[in-house]
Amino acid sequence: MSGLRILVPVKRVIDYAVKPRVNRAQTSVETANVKHSMNPFDELSIEEAVRLREKKTTPVEEIVAFSAGPPKAQDILRTAMAMGADRGIHVVVEEKDSLEPLGVAKLLRKVVDEQKSNLVILGKQSIDDDAAQTGQMLAGLLNWPQATQASKVTIEDQTVTVVREVDGGVETLKAKLPMIITTDLRLNEPRYASLPNIMKAKKKKLDKKTLGDYGLDSEIRLKTVKVTEPPTRQAGVKVDDVDGMISKLKELGAL
Amino acid sequence: MFAAARTSVLRSARAQLRQTQSHAACARLASTLAVLEAKEGKLNIASLAAITAGTKLGGSITAFVAGSGGKSIAEEAGKAKGIEKVIYVDNAAYDRGLAENWAPLLVENIKKGGYTHVLTGHSAFGKNLMPRVAALLDVQQISDITAIESEDTFVRPIYAGNAIMTVQSSDTTKIITVRGTAFPAPETEGGSATVEEGTDPKAECPTEWISEDLAKSDRPDLGSASKVVSGGRGLKSKDDFDKLMPPLADALGAAIGASRAAVDSGFADNSLQVGQTGKNVAPQLYLCAGISGAIQHLAGMKDSKVIAAINKDPDAPIFQVADVGLVGDLFDKVPELTEKLKQ
Repeated sequence: MSGLRILVPVKRVIDYAVKPRVNRAQTSVETANVKHSMNPFDELSIEEAVRLREKKTTPVEEIVAFSAGPPKAQDILRTAMAMGADRGIHVVVEEKDSLEPLGVAKLLRKVVDEQKSNLVILGKQSIDDDAAQTGQMLAGLLNWPQATQASKVTIEDQTVTVVREVDGGVETLKAKLPMIITTDLRLNEPRYASLPNIMKAKKKKLDKKTLGDYGLDSEIRLKTVKVTEPPTRQAGVKVDDVDGMISKLKELGAL
Repeated sequence: MFAAARTSVLRSARAQLRQTQSHAACARLASTLAVLEAKEGKLNIASLAAITAGTKLGGSITAFVAGSGGKSIAEEAGKAKGIEKVIYVDNAAYDRGLAENWAPLLVENIKKGGYTHVLTGHSAFGKNLMPRVAALLDVQQISDITAIESEDTFVRPIYAGNAIMTVQSSDTTKIITVRGTAFPAPETEGGSATVEEGTDPKAECPTEWISEDLAKSDRPDLGSASKVVSGGRGLKSKDDFDKLMPPLADALGAAIGASRAAVDSGFADNSLQVGQTGKNVAPQLYLCAGISGAIQHLAGMKDSKVIAAINKDPDAPIFQVADVGLVGDLFDKVPELTEKLKQ
């Protein structure tokens, strides 16, 4: 019986609590001097990988954190390692060449082969592009089973049971390793990295690579025509009591 | 140096190739495959949004259904206005919407039909399946579109709806998921599409479906309800949520939603969550109580026609988007509102 070799891709995104602003040229969202952090769903992926190791139902041989992004993405790889990943791989991709989900999936396929991973845990979506595609694309390229929007993962021997969030409730799926899982918010509560662990993470191995090392380039299929602010809503009225609310709603045709 | 020159030559050659391809795509008429959802032999009406989106592209629309009783589902779907043809595959293997066998099934039928666009709803089904299909076809999917500008140009929200991005696709086949609230379902009567059996590659499915646990409710479906009442952390407990929200929902004939805080605290089921990572709703009336209005929640409801909010904090961000705001204790105001609405 072989153990789990888990790959956890993480993405550096604008912090979830920051309200993004569209730049003047309407070409993108302003990212300079804006607080960035690990995509919240990716924190859940790391946490789940570490919990699988702690549960010991199937031995975890290794947890590798991976990111493709600008030089600063190494900060979130250090965070991942402080949370419990054993080492990191950073494919340095400048912001102007940033990859689309299909490009990331193609890159991850190569990394999975190279690292001999048998379980990839990804976030269900990144909170910047909101695409929700990479995990499924990777599963397709590898022809592996997939369980998206996982809220509970159990692994016994080589069998993975996943409870996933679907419209109207949950469903349970079962498959054999190797497998792709994407995480939903309900899956776990990510731990905070302690100071000693942050110090230890600085000594963990972090490999720097380029797209060229994997024989890929940043081919872009979707051209951004423009990025605009969403229409703003007109400020409404405050009413004094319930009667006021009912009559205002009637006036607006909502009742 | 030489390597760099070579890459750039390659790149420009490829760019040119892509341009000619996209011209060619413009020249031929759009032909759309709308992938519909069905469950236990019944069509999911909300999934017909893919047809509405298809009509905005011009050209022909073919619908696709699969599962046991595929033919009768196809006949039901064929009555929807706007479709020329429905392709069905009758095989119980597709009943659970598993991506592992659905993806090869769609790829076969897409290749056979030579469609320029493949559309489906941005639902749990569409989100799970379409990226896998896109990868198999080597296409960069476009998720959760809210508008169609042209045959190759689409509009979609990013950053939890805090920015709106317009993208132009250079792929020859466009794989797209559509936001249901942006494309209301067409009339489900009066159409007369022909029904035809599709190709079934009978791909093996390595994933086994074990069980499901769906919240049962007689109330309207959250995603498509015309009225939604929604509760947040301010409701304090599950008991209070269950005591206050269902009667208000019943008085209005509304669906019930919840904020992430309410779901995380166990007041409401996860499937009721409205927001960036939950459901997107755009009802005629969104009435919320005890919800502060975090970015992630607003992402899921700010396209509602009329927003009404009850909150005891006059500075809560929800009041910046609410058409009607009432500052007050929801434990007094919600029961009073429920009583007065019943009259």
